Amino acid sequence: MTALLEVEGLVKHFVAERSLFGRALAHVKAVDGVSFSLEAGKTLALVGESGCGKSTVSRLVLRLIEPDAGTVRFDGRDLLSLDAGGLRAFRREAQIIFQDPYASLNPRMTVGQILTEPLALHELVPATRRAERVAELLRLVGLEPRLARRYPHEFSGGQRQRIAIARALAVEPKLIICDEPVSALDVSIRSQILNLLRALQDRLGLAYIFVSHDLAVVKHIADHVAVMNLGQIVETAEADALFAAPRHPYSRALLSAIPVPKPRAKSSRIVLQGEIPSALNPPRGCRFHTRCPYVIERCRTEMPQLVPDGTGHATACHRTSELPSSAAIVPMDGGFSPVLEKLVAAFSGGPEAARGGGVSSVGEPPAQG
Amino acid sequence: MSASPLIEISDLRIRFHGDDGRVTHAVDGVDLSVANGATLGLVGESGCGKSVTSLAIMGLLPKQSAEISGAIRFDGFDLLKTPAQTLRDLRGNRLAMIFQEPMTSLNPSFTIGDQVIETILRHRGGSRKSARERAIELLRRVHIPSPERRIDEYPHKLSGGMRQRVMIAMALACDPRLLIADEPTTALDVTLQAQILELMRELKAASGAAIILITHDLGVVAEVCDEVAVMYAGAIVERAPVDELFSAPQHPYTVGLLGSIPRLDQRAEQLATIEGMVPNMAQPPAGCRFAARCPFVLDACTKAPPPLIEVSPGHLSRCIRAPLELLVS
Repeated sequence: MTALLEVEGLVKHFVAERSLFGRALAHVKAVDGVSFSLEAGKTLALVGESGCGKSTVSRLVLRLIEPDAGTVRFDGRDLLSLDAGGLRAFRREAQIIFQDPYASLNPRMTVGQILTEPLALHELVPATRRAERVAELLRLVGLEPRLARRYPHEFSGGQRQRIAIARALAVEPKLIICDEPVSALDVSIRSQILNLLRALQDRLGLAYIFVSHDLAVVKHIADHVAVMNLGQIVETAEADALFAAPRHPYSRALLSAIPVPKPRAKSSRIVLQGEIPSALNPPRGCRFHTRCPYVIERCRTEMPQLVPDGTGHATACHRTSELPSSAAIVPMDGGFSPVLEKLVAAFSGGPEAARGGGVSSVGEPPAQG
Repeated sequence: MSASPLIEISDLRIRFHGDDGRVTHAVDGVDLSVANGATLGLVGESGCGKSVTSLAIMGLLPKQSAEISGAIRFDGFDLLKTPAQTLRDLRGNRLAMIFQEPMTSLNPSFTIGDQVIETILRHRGGSRKSARERAIELLRRVHIPSPERRIDEYPHKLSGGMRQRVMIAMALACDPRLLIADEPTTALDVTLQAQILELMRELKAASGAAIILITHDLGVVAEVCDEVAVMYAGAIVERAPVDELFSAPQHPYTVGLLGSIPRLDQRAEQLATIEGMVPNMAQPPAGCRFAARCPFVLDACTKAPPPLIEVSPGHLSRCIRAPLELLVS
């Protein structure tokens, strides 16, 4: 199976400090040798703590910033060798939506103008048909076409995120990078956007790179997960396999720390001691060794490589085979109680459930609301 | 709850008068009480009035634009009628608060030591030397490594998790009876969040202080709270012991919230969503505020505001259709 996106040995070091004569004195090793691949129509989640490089990876993939080393192949083409024209054509196929729906829409443009811009820029739709296409895009994300005349400030956070998604969809991309797309949204709005992203993926065959620090959301939406620590991938696996039994000590700590909506949940939480080391001066050897409860001498000197096990699960840890079982590490929330399960089903299936908003409305004209 | 509550809020109403003459009913008839040593979770989405309620307790709302009525009884005082001087003595002393943004709630031009010591000197007096020793002790209690050295650092040198620890150390400086924590872990990574929650549990066990934890994260609530109050559009719509809220919620809004969080144990194809929008609080609807978004709505819901009824001992719901299990059995 050929992958839509293949990333190989990606490196990006930012200069943090320069000498008087402009010579670089210190580098932030934001991304340091990252490789992964993504198939069409699938979702890869990048997870990790702030500063682990997950957002930088997503920008490197789009060539919004230039990598220092490595290759990115999209649909068989080498992205790093594209000239300006080729890059522009590529931007039709890969789009990005950001965390802050308040900052990512131009306040001086109407929603109609925001959505028309990519159509005109890429000469996708003749001028006479553009209004029609804008209406279609708005319906696709569950908004009414008449809203095209309004300005971004007239919308709530969730609606703005829908507009940002519509703008990304305007060019009919194959890949959308979602950089913390629901982190700024309230719980009930968050679920609407997650449902929408999933419905659009099914309908349009989109691939997503989903950058998030919310692991329950990742479990919900991702097919594949890559766990990053200080610029490197330490573990990558199918989402179900990772959440069933994380292998790398860092993944274990991360997943065990998820707060679950169940009082007195059984938990074998690993609370990491110590600070996240600075990416300016990452530790020698394994970059996690300063916080790792299983550290041995070898970890301090030798950097572990990402070793695949043949089932699509790869781990970068010297001690993978010796570590205790991690089967019970991810906290169990036990799902819904029987009463709650029925109540939630009734809540979702109630008389008004068919009204605009979530998945049910995708593609169909939403009712006036 | 047998003992008399540490803090008792009755019929708290807060209206904001905007410059354009509009009046927003931010909080509308909130009753709450917290016993000594208990942790109450105050849950709700943006704009539901949870933070405004906590600011009213602390006396931090602007006098010009906020019109407050009701009573907040704490430790023999009615905080709404207490003179400013007394309130200043209470704040940071018996009443303490930590905020969401550890990045902005410390003064960048003073060392963290200066800021912790200031609190101690203001409320406890004594020499600067003894206050400094206490500050180091406090920083150690919140697990800041090498506090003797860290105390002389400026806030920008510390990470987000460390700053939140300093905020907690300041809040604990005078052994408060009540700690209000407004989204204390929202800005933090999940590993740091686990550390801070662990710390709060530990400190609560050691000091016996009551905590009001304001959050939108139901996972955090399940982990640290004994009791939960769910707020919607300025009113408390449900109040219950934590186990009951998560197993048998009695307000449709709570059901919607619980249904909309992704679960780790089951891969639902779709999450529940709450359709529609929060009502405009400049003109609150006549009946139940959730009626327009509620799938269980009846005609009667839109006529008059529903009363808070006791569904089972200690479990209150502002829904005329409660108990809700009757709707699905």
